Formats: sequence, structure tokens, C-alpha cells
Amino acid sequence: MNNGKPKTIEIVQRSLVRRYRAERRFRRMGLGAIVLSLVFLGFLFASIVGNGYTALFQTQVQLDISFDPETFATGELANADYPRLIKEALYKAFPQVTARGERRALTGLVSSGAAFQLRQMVLADRSLIGTRRSIWLPADDDVDMLVKGHLSRQAGRLSEAQLAWIGQLQSQGKLAKHFNWTLFTAGDSREPELAGILGAVVGSFYTLLVTLALSFPLGVATAVYLEEFAPRSRWTDLIEVNINNLAAVPSIVFGLLGLAVFLGAFGMPRSAPVVGGMVLTLMTLPTIIIASRAALQAVPPSIRDAALGVGASKMQMILHHVLPLALPGMLTGTIIGMARALGETAPLLMIGMVAFIVDIPGGFTDPATVLPVQIYLWADSPERAFVERTAAATLALLAFLIVMNGLAVVLRRRFERRW
Amino acid sequence: MMLLTLLLLMTLAAYYLGLRRAVTVAGGPTSVRVLHSRPAYYGMWTAIWCGLPALIIFAAWQMLEGRMLTHLVVAQLPPEMQSLSAARLSLIVNDIRNIIYGNIPVGQVSPAVQAAAELYLRLQAISRIALAAAVLASALAGLGAAYGRIHIRLRARNQVERLVLWLLGACSTIAIFTTIGIVLSVLYEALRFFKSVPLTDFLFGLQWSPQMAIRSDQVGSSGAFGAVPVLAGTLLVSGIAMLVAVPIGLLAAIYMSEYAGKRLRSVVKPLMEILAGIPTVVYGFFAALTVAPLIRSSGHAIGLDVSSESALAAGLVMGIMIIPFVSSLSDDMINAVPQSLRDGAYGLGATHSETIRQVVLPAALPGIVGGVLLAVSRAIGETMIVVMAAGLTANLTLNPLKTVTTVTVQIVTLLVGDQEFDSPKTLAAFALGLLLFVITLGLNIIALKVVRKYREQYE
Repeated sequence: MNNGKPKTIEIVQRSLVRRYRAERRFRRMGLGAIVLSLVFLGFLFASIVGNGYTALFQTQVQLDISFDPETFATGELANADYPRLIKEALYKAFPQVTARGERRALTGLVSSGAAFQLRQMVLADRSLIGTRRSIWLPADDDVDMLVKGHLSRQAGRLSEAQLAWIGQLQSQGKLAKHFNWTLFTAGDSREPELAGILGAVVGSFYTLLVTLALSFPLGVATAVYLEEFAPRSRWTDLIEVNINNLAAVPSIVFGLLGLAVFLGAFGMPRSAPVVGGMVLTLMTLPTIIIASRAALQAVPPSIRDAALGVGASKMQMILHHVLPLALPGMLTGTIIGMARALGETAPLLMIGMVAFIVDIPGGFTDPATVLPVQIYLWADSPERAFVERTAAATLALLAFLIVMNGLAVVLRRRFERRW
Repeated sequence: MMLLTLLLLMTLAAYYLGLRRAVTVAGGPTSVRVLHSRPAYYGMWTAIWCGLPALIIFAAWQMLEGRMLTHLVVAQLPPEMQSLSAARLSLIVNDIRNIIYGNIPVGQVSPAVQAAAELYLRLQAISRIALAAAVLASALAGLGAAYGRIHIRLRARNQVERLVLWLLGACSTIAIFTTIGIVLSVLYEALRFFKSVPLTDFLFGLQWSPQMAIRSDQVGSSGAFGAVPVLAGTLLVSGIAMLVAVPIGLLAAIYMSEYAGKRLRSVVKPLMEILAGIPTVVYGFFAALTVAPLIRSSGHAIGLDVSSESALAAGLVMGIMIIPFVSSLSDDMINAVPQSLRDGAYGLGATHSETIRQVVLPAALPGIVGGVLLAVSRAIGETMIVVMAAGLTANLTLNPLKTVTTVTVQIVTLLVGDQEFDSPKTLAAFALGLLLFVITLGLNIIALKVVRKYREQYE
């Protein structure tokens, strides 16, 4: 029987080596794909953190400001010549600088916002007038970049003389990095050293508040209707197809809708959080509806039967028993939808929330911008100092998102019931 | 605001009055059982009668007030002003409005305009008083009528519930209105665009340089609105993204659902969710800040001429963004394949990877294709990454190292900034929006159909 022809078992065993090798290769490819995507994630975070952490500190210059009573002789504290106080202090610190051009270069080392800081101080405390104080004032962004090592000495942004003065200030200990409070307490600015994210954060807050106030009730109502009451008809099928499609429509198209309908037809204000919130509502509604329906489906029929059995009407059964049990699931879906809305940029560009806005918005109709749009705006700015601020703003945005998603996870863990 | 607060207070009062009345009608708190509904429903019923009609009057008045007043004021303008063209008239109305809101009017104000503004303010004051009277009268009338009709046999609960059901039903139509709104608004502006640029030029033109001449003899006055290069750029970037996302996402999904143990899953899944939850603007910043310079310098190192806004950088980062999307959809599809198919393959002696490649994947293929189509639609509609990392110039090229532009980039650049609303330039953005909507809608419908059909197959 065994005449030269190999047995089946031998063929199998010989091919087994190759097949096991293929098996291992396939497995390694799968693992490699996961590792690769995690490497991307790590690379992304490393790149943003690496660029952003330096923005937490801002170079400041210590100057001996003498609040000369003469400057305030007119009595109008708000309009006094504050830049002169800084110039005088600088000239005193560098008595060897006398030529006009050089003096201008010297004042260029201090941020143009330093005068505003002095103004705030005097307006808050009149007794400063006539005294001498040693005050830390923000340095110009070029100086800041040089100190942080982002700007090479040969770049030509700073002259030889300026470099020498910076060196002198450093050796005297009058140039140091301090925590950058401005980043968290100021609105936008053209000067990187004066720019902060507070305006954008407040704008995001108002926008999300509108989104939440509109999308949660609307989404839950729609889900309850479709899941509990709607007869299966063409009409409800149409609604469902619409919801599923809207979930996949590109977000920028919602922006076009907002531009044409809310701004164009209804004449609502440009750049306002109300309009932004309404556009984002339309965008997040499908997410909330789908999550809410899943939550309603998860409530077991026994609860419904029990409620109906003791004489509740259908509406009472749903409002008193089903809805409270489904609420944690609905809230989880809503938070995830809100997190998506917080990160959304494109539709808000369409309705004019890209304006340059210095003031911190005080209401729902004030012109405002939001955090992701602020990132987009800063990423477009040519100044090197904005790169680290953009990265810092990105970190702030990611922190908010992580908090929101963490909240959703906690909510799910605490209230999720397995029936 | 005052009025609304007052209305709210009245509605609350109506609730308590109705409730008390119901208890009284029933003959005291001990015998509420004779009522048809529980007493609270009578309260709600009364409150609805008090508040709802008044609220509707308030809303309607608010919507119509401005238009009515403007109409009345314009009718009072001197005849020579009324005979002006519509555009001039709207300028005058604007002036009037500026005076009303206390803004500084542009230029000299004619006495007629000043008078009109005063008239407007007078009318507005009258209108406010009339509104308050109407709202309060309606609220009181509703309250009185409802109060009088409370009776033991009144089916208050049924009526309240019917109203709630109506409200729920009305909410569910928002999705339809949104779709209609999108289609109508985009279509309307796009049709206006196609009046000045023929549809065939738009769909088949090979040149895209969206500018319109202010004077006809201007240099470079010829605006060209051919969407082909823009579309080609979109497809190039999305294609690169798919080349990155589909293999990595699919392999990751296979490993996660077939090989990975519980521990690895519990670590990798949340990380993938983080990757999915990162806003696109962050990816865009990452692309512009890190990836594009990296590709450019590595291209230079091997002697290639890479544009700083290359399609490769945008596509690569977009691919990273879509990996979790592809992987979670494929994961679902692979998990939907019944275990019996796998068991059958193992029983015939297939190895694990052979089972996956020759049994599980072919079985899950329709679903995976549907998921990939959804991912393509997402890539085409993705905006921020390409806005920040891809270019503005429309090149008709297949070279991924060159700059290309995409539909979404063009929409953003055409609409962000100060343009008049009806120049072909801004309208072109709506035409592109229509194109985008139609393409993604088509892809979505096909994909959702495929996925649904696949799911039903194994249920």
C-alpha cells in the first residue's frame, strides 16, 4: 500500500510548518496594526504636549516703576500716559542707551500690554501714585521665544543690541519665567503674550448650554415617541431614515444650513452662541436620539407590564417608570453628544464664529468664538509664540473632553443595570 | 421678559386653582376618588388652558411685530421716498433702525427719516402694551373657562396626555425638517449659482479659480468654476486616507475580536475610543504642525520635491482619524458572524488565521464594505484636517506630494470672510455644498442598506 505515494498525514504535517508560519504572520500583522494605531496616538499626544507645555510659563521683566505724580496730573487715571512710565523705567535701567532708535528697540523688549497692566493696577489702587514699585511685566513674545529656546539668536527678529540687553537683564535676575496666568484669564489678542483662552472657553460654555437645553429635551421626546408611541407606518419609517442619514451628513453641511436659514432667512445675529448652539443641536440630535432609543429598549417589559397591571395609563407608565430607568443611558448618550459638539469646528466657521473677538462674551447673543475655533485661528497665526499657545489650547480642549467622557463612563458604571 | 414671568406665575396659580377646584368639586380631600382623573391632572389641564394660548399669541406677536411696524412706518414715509427702488428703500429702513437702536446713523439724517424713527418708537410702545393686554386677557379667559368647566366627569388626564403625545410627535418631525431645510437652503442658493454659471461648466469644467471680475476689463477677470479638480483633490486625499485606515483598522478589528484576550481588550478599546474622540481640529493642527514638515523634510532627504501642504500629509492624518471608525464597524460585523461557521472551519482542521481569512471575512464582507463606504463618506465630508493641512490651489494631479484642494476647503475659504451674499463666489460654495451633500447622502444610503441587509442575514 505504501508505494512511494506520501500519506495524507505526511502531506498535512509537511504543510503544517508553512501554515503555522502563516498563522503567526497573520497574528503579528494584527498586533502590528493595533500597535501602529497606538503609536500614532502616542505620537499625537507627545507632539502636542511637547509643543504646548512651554506656554504655561511666560517670560517677564522686572522693572522699577516710579508712579510719578506728574503723569497723573490731569486727574484722569484711565487716560494717563502709562507707556511713559515703562519707558522711564527702562531708560533708568539702561542709562547707556540714548539714541532714539536704540531707545525704541529697548522699549520693544516689553510687551505692549504692560501699560494696560499698570493701568489696571493704578485704577484698582490709587495709593500707588507717587510710590516706587518693583513690578514683573510681560516681555515681548520675541524675547519670550528666545528665552524658551524656540528662536535662534541668528534669526534676525532681535538685534545685537537687544540680545545684549536681554543678557544683561538675565544676569541681573530681572528676566524670569513665571506661571502664565494670562493664558487662562484673558480673551484673544493679536499679541501672543497677551492672548488667553478664557473668551473661547466662555463662548464654548454658552454654545454648549444652548445645545444641551435644546437637544436633550428634543432628543428624548423624539426617542420616546418613536420607541413607545409611533405606529409603524411610512411616516415613522421616513423619520427613522432621516435620523440615520443626518447622523452621517458632513458637519459642514449643517453650517451651510445655519448660514442660509438661521442667519439668512431668520436674520439672527452672526457669531452668536445662540446660533452656534442651534446648529450644533441639529448635528447632535441624531446621536442623542439613537442613544436614548437604545436606553428605552433596554428597560424590560416586566416593568411596563407591572405598571399597566396596577392601572397606570400608557403615558403614566412611560413617564413614571420607564423614563426614570432609561435616564442614565440617555444622559450618557447626551454627554457623548455634547463632547462631540464641543470639539466641532467646521459648522461654526460657516456662521461667523471665526471673528477676532477680544472681549469675553457676556451672553448668548454676544459675538463669541469657541475653543476649537480659537485653536484654528491661532494655528493660522504666523507668530512662533502662537504655536505653543495653540498646543496649550488644544490640551485644554482635550482635558475638557476627557472630563466629559470620564463623566459618561462613571455614569454608565454607576447606574447601568443588567436586568 | 416681565410679561413672560407674569405668565409663568399665572400658569402656576392656575395649576393650584385647578387642583383646589377639583378637590372642592369632588367634595373634599377624602373623596377625590369620585373624580375621573387624579386632582393634579385638573391642575395641569387648567394651567395648559391658561398658559398655552397666551404663549402662542406671544410668540406669533414677537415674530410679526418687526415686520408689521416696518410696513406701517414705510407707508407713512413721504411718497418720493416710497417710490425709490427696493434697495434704496431698504437703506432708508436701515437708517431708521439705526436711529431706533441708538446707533450712530450713517451720514446726514433727513427729517423724514427722523420722524419715521419716532413714529416707529411710538408704534412699538403701543404694540408692547397691546401685546401685554392680549396675553393677559387670553390667560385670564383661559383660566376662567377652564375653572368653570372642571367637573367630576371631566376627562382631564386623557386631554393632558393627548397634548403631551402631540408634543412628542411634533418633536420627532424635527429630523425631517432638518433634512428639508438642508436640501432647500443648499438647493436654492445653488440654483441661483447655476443661473450665472451653467451646470455643465460646473460639473465638467477642468479649471477652478473662483473669482468674479468687478470690472469686465480687469486682469485675471475670468473666474472659472469647474468642479473637477476640486473633486479630484477630494478623492485623492480620501483615497490616501482609506489606504491608511482600511488595512490598519480591519487588521486591528480582527485581532481585537479573534485573538486578543480580555486584558488587552480592556486596555486597547478605551485607547481606540480616545483616538475616535479627538476633535478634528486637533488632528488638523497635528497635521500642519508635525506631520507635514516631517514628510517635507524626509522627502527632501531622498531628493523629492514635496509641497509643504501635500495631499499626503492631510490624507495620512485623516487616515489615522478614521482608523477607529473602520475598526469599530468591522468589529461589529465580525462579531455578527455566527460561531457555528467558525466551529465548522475548525472541525475541518483549518488554523485560526485560515478560518478568519477564508470563512469569517468572506461572511462579514458585505458588512465591512458597508462600513468602509460610511468611512469614505466621512473622509469626503471631513473639513478641519484638510482646511489646516491641505492647500487652496486646485491642481488636477494624482501626485500625492503636490498640493491639492478639496470640496470642504473651498466651501470654507469661499464663505469665511466678508463677501456679499449673492456674488457667484459665495453661491459657488453652496453649489459645492450641494455636491458634497448628494455624494455623501448617496454613499450613506447605499452603505446603510448594505449593512442592514447583512445584519438581517444572520439574525
